[in-house]
This record gives sequence, C-alpha cells and structure tokens, in this order.
Amino acid sequence: MNLTFIDWSIMLLYFVFVLGIGFALKRFMKTSNDFFLAGRSIPAWVCGLAFISANLGAQEVIGMAASGAKYGIATSHFYWVGAIPAMIFVGLFMMPFYYGSRARSVPEYLRLRFDEKTRGFNAISFALMTVFSSGISMYAMARLLGTLHVFDAPFQQLGLPASWIFHVSILTAAIIVLLYIFLGGLTSAIYNEVLQFFLIVAGFLPLVWLGLRNVGGWEGIKQKLPAAYTHSWAGMGSPETNLLGVEWFGLVMGLGFVLSFGYWCTDFLVVQRAMAADSMSSARRTPQIAALPKMFIPFLVILPGLIAVALPRTDVTPAAVIDTAQPGVAAAMQAGQGLIPAKIDPSTGQVKVDKDGRPELDYDLAIPQMLLHYFPTGILGLGLTALLASFMSGMAGNVTAFNTVWTYDIYQSYIKKGASDAHYLLVGRLTTIFGVAASVLAAYLATKFNNIMDMLQLVFAFVNAPLFATFLLGMFWKRTTGHGAFTGLLSGTLAAAMHHGLTISKGALPGIKGGWISILHTYPSEMAQNFWTAIYAWVTCFLITILISVVTKPRPDRELVGLVYSLTEKPQEGHLPWHKKPAVLAIVVAVLTVLLNIIFW
Amino acid sequence: MGIDIRLPIGLMFTIIGLLLAGYGLLGDASIYQRSLGINVNLVWGGVLTLFGIVMLLMGRKRPAG
Repeated sequence: MNLTFIDWSIMLLYFVFVLGIGFALKRFMKTSNDFFLAGRSIPAWVCGLAFISANLGAQEVIGMAASGAKYGIATSHFYWVGAIPAMIFVGLFMMPFYYGSRARSVPEYLRLRFDEKTRGFNAISFALMTVFSSGISMYAMARLLGTLHVFDAPFQQLGLPASWIFHVSILTAAIIVLLYIFLGGLTSAIYNEVLQFFLIVAGFLPLVWLGLRNVGGWEGIKQKLPAAYTHSWAGMGSPETNLLGVEWFGLVMGLGFVLSFGYWCTDFLVVQRAMAADSMSSARRTPQIAALPKMFIPFLVILPGLIAVALPRTDVTPAAVIDTAQPGVAAAMQAGQGLIPAKIDPSTGQVKVDKDGRPELDYDLAIPQMLLHYFPTGILGLGLTALLASFMSGMAGNVTAFNTVWTYDIYQSYIKKGASDAHYLLVGRLTTIFGVAASVLAAYLATKFNNIMDMLQLVFAFVNAPLFATFLLGMFWKRTTGHGAFTGLLSGTLAAAMHHGLTISKGALPGIKGGWISILHTYPSEMAQNFWTAIYAWVTCFLITILISVVTKPRPDRELVGLVYSLTEKPQEGHLPWHKKPAVLAIVVAVLTVLLNIIFW
Repeated sequence: MGIDIRLPIGLMFTIIGLLLAGYGLLGDASIYQRSLGINVNLVWGGVLTLFGIVMLLMGRKRPAG
C-alpha cells in the first residue's frame, strides 16, 4: 500500500480531534455522575448516533461485509430483523424502567428489581464479555493493519522490525482510547462515537458509490450473481434454499427475537448511551433515532461485500491485490471470486480447500480489497481512517460500559462500600487503565475463529440469550422473584452450553463448534445451531423463572414502583411535538423497515 | 455537556474536505484510473467541506445542543 502525505494528514487530524475532545471535556468531569453517566445531559440525537456507533465496531464493518460477500443481501436480516424491532421495543417499553428507576447501569436495575446475586451474575459476566469484545476489536484491527501493510513503509524508514507492527497497532489504539476516556469519561466516548459515525459514513459512502457505478448498480449485481445473493426472504422457507442455511422460524425466533432483544434491550454497552440522555423522552427516543440510520447501514457495509464478489475478474487490476510480492497470492486471487482471494494455508503456501475441493475464500478481506481497488491516495486515507474509527468506537463502547459496571456494580458493591464520590471517580479513571490493559491481553488471546461474527454470536448466545427472558418477566410480571430470576438465568446459560455441547453443524468437527458432549442433532449451518442454542436458552430461562417465582415469596408492590410496568406511571408525552414523540418515531421506523424487507424480498 | 459536538465535527470535516478537494485540484490526475476516472478526491472533498460548514453553522446557532 502506498500512502502519501495527504493520507497520513487525514489520519493524524482524526487523532488530534479525538484526543482534543477528551481534553476539552476534562474540566467538566467533576463527579462520578459526570464521568459514568455523562451527567445525564446529552441530547437525544447525539445519544442516538452514539447508540449505533458503539455497535459499529470491527465485527460490524469487516464482519458484515464478509457476510455480505458470503451470504448476500440476506445479511440484512441482522439489521431489519435482528436489530430494528428490538430497538423499537427497548425505547418504547423498557427505557421507562432503565431511565426512570435512576439505576446507573443495567446490572444495577437488576439489583433494584431482584436481588444482589442476580446483579452479581450479570455484572461479572458482562464485565468479562466487554473486555473480551474490546480485545477482539483490537486484535482484528492490528491484523488488518498488518494485512494491508499500512505501516510497512514508515516502519522501514524508522528501521523498526516489521514484526512490531502488530504490537504497535494494538498499543497505539489502546492508548488513544484510554486517553480520551480517561479524560472525558462517557461524554468523551459518546462525542467521539458521533464523530466516528460521521467518519465511517464519509469513508464508506464513496466506496459504495464507485462500486455500484462499476458493477452497474443493484440491477448489475442481480445479473452477475445467483438469485440467492440478492433476495433476503425468498429462500427462507428451508435451510436448503438460502445461503444462511437457516429456516425462517429459526431466523425470526433465534435472531429476531432472542439474540436481538437480548443484545439491544439488555446489553449495557448500548443501553448506557440512552441512559445518558437529558430527559426521559430523549432516552426513549434514542433507540428510535438510532434505528433510522441503522436500517440503512446494510447499504454501507453489506453492499461492498456483494460488489466485491460480483465484480467480474476482468475488472480486477493487479494493483488491487494485497501484497503481490508474497508467494501464493497470485494463486489465491486466481482461486478467489471477484475481489475476494482464497485463503492460503500458511504451512504449505497452497490454497485452502474445503471437503468438496472448493477453495475457501477469505471473506474478511472484502472491505480492505474494495478500499485498495477503488480508492486513490487521498480518499484512501479517509477510508482507512474510517476503518480505524470503527475499531475505536467499538472498543470505547466496551471500555466505558466496563468502567461503570466495574466501579458501581462490582467495586462499590463488593469491595468498598460507602466511600466518597471523589473516590469512585478516581476508581473509574483507574478502571479505564485496567480495562484497556485487560483488553490488550484479550486481544492476544483472540485467534481461534476466522469469522468474527460467528464467535460473537456464540458468546452472546450463552450469556445474553437467557437474559431477555429475565428482563421481560421482571419488567412486565410483578410476581417474578429474585430467586426465580437468578435460577432462570443460571439454567438458561447452562441450557445454552448443553445445547451447544449436544449439537453440531454440518461438516464441523466436535469441539469449539459444538458436539463436545455427544452429537444428538446436526444443524444445516453453524448459524442455525447458534440461533437454536439461543432459543433453547431463552425458553429454559423463561420457564424456570416462572416456576421458581411461583413457589418463592414475591416482593411487596410498594417496593416495585418504577421498576415494573403495572406499578409505574406511564410517561406523559402529550406536550411534545409529533416528531419528538417516541411512539410516532417508532411507527415511522417500523413502516420503513417493512418497506425495506419488501423491496429486497 | 460543555461543548457542542457539532463544532468539532464541523471543523474536522471542513479541514478534511478542503485537504481532499485541494489535493484533487492540484495533485496528479493520473491516479484516478482506479476510481473509474472520477476525481473522487475533488468531488468527495467538496461534499465533506459542505457538510462540515453546515455542521459548524448549526452548532453556532444553537449553543445549547
């Protein structure tokens, strides 16, 4: 890759602004409330953009383009089925309890609604998950920067060994994120997420524009690829007739209900952004405002993947090929499809093939290849900066959520109660350092799966899948008890692990991909297995929670005011103009989403 | 809190936009073969400058936001 002065200037400019925002906010961080909750003073549109930006990390940009290249437009199910409905729900129905209860975190809500053990379980598993996710984000970034040879030339000039690039990439990203959160807390993270959101759009929109122009628009993609790539619902009747290998019921229940609601409605990483809003109606509007751009992000991240596979080989110029000097790359491009090269076995230098003798494609390279193919120097710097921004916003989201949960739900609850506010503010700052350091460690551990998306789905399936059952019962059935919730959560997580251990997907080897107890059932794809793992976990948690709740003592009604639907006053929003009413926004979002599903049926 | 986020965003995009557009205007024109012959730096730099200026204006108008 040949970067010039202009590319480096853009990248540097981004770093200056990101850190500048941190420094500018430093003087406003007076209490722990400022640091962890942004003083509950952020306007709705800022929270809304941060809400999706925190989720627009490495897994999204690289992983969704990879899925787009592999599965086609059906990847949009992760948005139009697997995100938007849950975002509408969390804003309209759950935010009144998160925001209204004055809980400072999702685990703290569990403490208020249920008991200490339920909070502890959630807080600890969540803290681990955030560190892990932020580590994956960093690892993916360092690997990508290496693959793209972004830093090869400057390293050569400085006389540093090329093997340091990986470590320097990880450390640089870690230090920048650490600094801006350390200085400005959640506000800094949120403000930077908004900046990063615009940067990601600015960097990828011209890529989609050029790519579509090149392949002849959506019609051109339709002509160049089999029909399964360009229809999201048409083949969902049976796992055999769509590329995802899932049937519609598993998709809608597993992804659309259990996993999606488990993530968007209970994951503190996103919910925290809405909890920082300046009023109840802003908090309720945050997810609806987020849903508007969210439903169009498929065009930004999935389309590049589709364009990359649709591009005729004759259009693929050698200039776009990554690292032509490396042995085997020519063969990998030859065996690939469009811009996507095949994977190379590092031990033999040969193209990797699957059981049927077909070459395995390296779909994660879809976005990098597209950038190199279409972007000349100048805008290439912008595209790379957009990639960096997406990695950092994903990381920062995890770090701020970890900070709050660690400081309020673990440190203040179990290690040091009743200290001064200044003490917890200090702990929060130190936790930023600790959290980032732990993420760096996790980054060095994250190497097992090749598709980042699949790995995250697996982790979410175990930890998050049962969670939504707990929240649904907790918020809407006042009879639910702490013992019920805790037992339900444990059995749900256990059910997920058991189901994963007893099933496997077609062609996979027993082990990390399932079947480690014994194989009772074989799913047509890993995705189908993950979705059904989630469904089993959720149903188990739901039933066990009800069962145990009925036989244990409920809390009196007066203790549950503000925490349960039937005992909480409905938010009064009659005075708001129509475009600020959460319900009106929700309807607009729902109608648009249905339209998108129909257009790409 | 404290600062209106539209101001730094507006400023950053204005600078990036001007940088790109300036480079597109003055730099070597032969590099645009890969972007289908379109001077993407000039075009997109212009778009970003415009976006940056709009953000700056919006941020100035309502300092509370």
